[in-house]
Amino acid sequence: MTRPAVTVRDVHKSFGKTEVLKGIDLAVPSGSTTCILGPSGSGKSTLLRCIAFLEETTSGIIEIHGEPLGFADTGDGGRTRLPSSEIRKVRARIGMVFQQFNLWPHMTALGNVTEALVTVRKMKRKDANEIGEAQLARVGLSDRGHHYPAELSGGQQQRVAIARALALEPDILLFDEPTSSLDPELTGEVLNVMRELAGGGMTMIVVSHEIGFAASVGDKIVFLDEGKLLLDGPPSEIFATPRHPRLQQFMETYLDRGAATLL
Amino acid sequence: MSMRLFELMLWAAGKTVLLSAVSIMIGLAIGLMICAAKLSPNKLLSIPATLYVSLFRGVPLLVQLLLIYNLLPVLGIMVPSVVAAVAGLSLCTAAYQAENLRGGFQSVPRGLLEAADMVGMSPWKQLTRIRAPIAFRLTLPALVNEAILILKASSLVSVVGVIELTRMAQNLSASSFRPLLFYSVAGAMYLVICWVVAGGGSLAERMLKTGSRA
Repeated sequence: MTRPAVTVRDVHKSFGKTEVLKGIDLAVPSGSTTCILGPSGSGKSTLLRCIAFLEETTSGIIEIHGEPLGFADTGDGGRTRLPSSEIRKVRARIGMVFQQFNLWPHMTALGNVTEALVTVRKMKRKDANEIGEAQLARVGLSDRGHHYPAELSGGQQQRVAIARALALEPDILLFDEPTSSLDPELTGEVLNVMRELAGGGMTMIVVSHEIGFAASVGDKIVFLDEGKLLLDGPPSEIFATPRHPRLQQFMETYLDRGAATLL
Repeated sequence: MSMRLFELMLWAAGKTVLLSAVSIMIGLAIGLMICAAKLSPNKLLSIPATLYVSLFRGVPLLVQLLLIYNLLPVLGIMVPSVVAAVAGLSLCTAAYQAENLRGGFQSVPRGLLEAADMVGMSPWKQLTRIRAPIAFRLTLPALVNEAILILKASSLVSVVGVIELTRMAQNLSASSFRPLLFYSVAGAMYLVICWVVAGGGSLAERMLKTGSRA
């Protein structure tokens, strides 16, 4: 059995006195798409941000392909913080796509995609541009390389953000509500790119409210509620009726906001 | 007004521009350091920086200029009055520019730095490639504003004996008994200089394209 791409072991996370994650265990198999669902405040974004090491866990261990990220087990129940060079090395295998895109506004689309290739990977500008253009083509934006983020639609900006993450050839891509700040009409183009990536064997962890995407693309569905992992399994199992009452309630709430009333 | 008197006024206007430009640049450099100190978690840096800002913002520039001009000889530093004038203007504008820069740095959305973090940029690279360029763009309108304020405030340095545009107008008024003429010309010259600065500022803003979210 191969090692999972991401292993989360008994992870707790508190902000001040509020415990947001209350002991999460999760294994994400390599090459799979895991969709994390859950109501607002359930801790799903926090969990993803802990896996990206944008938030430091309060306790517990996260491993990327078996290598500890941020904190290593000392063997006696404690943990020790790893040096930042070590953290950067492990983290280089992870790419992240944010809800707010977070493109750098003073750089063009191509500039955003190539920036880290030049400043971090020390590539020549010409080689970086070649990769950048190829990645923009991959997300269907080869004609938008010289546009600034402000000149692009939300869907295009998010696709540039995906190209930026892909340019560094990560093993694992994390998506934090990638379509939540998009007009409903623009979510399709982003979900299509994600669908293609999933089909290409990329390991993805997706926090999203797109239940349809989760059901059709996800290999694994994780349902969080109040900081605990309530359900974990393949969509055929998770969405099969009768559903877990909490999931049923969650789905009704979400369907209620949309077209369900028109049906 | 004779050609020769007009030339004198132009020369004085040039001196006003030079004085202000040098003060703005020095003030920007000092302001950056004070801003960095103020944002530092180290209290040994942030507390003196805060004191500096409140001191130089709280005392009238005219008083600061007179203090510096009279203090330097007491400290045994003999410098031409123009140096004292530039020092006074620079130290004062530095306090305002430090605050403007701090606002700019703190307004850079955190997510943009997280994105930089995720692609492996070191803290230094994040500062030089992402944070500072965006902060600078955010600060630019305030910097132009400050430059215009300093241009006009530079008229105060006449009190320490520096002959610039206002002082020249004063001198020529006194010798010609035509104050209205010379003060009008001086006012018009200030106005034109400020227009140029403001125009240059908006041109720079347009050239440094920023996104709507910056």
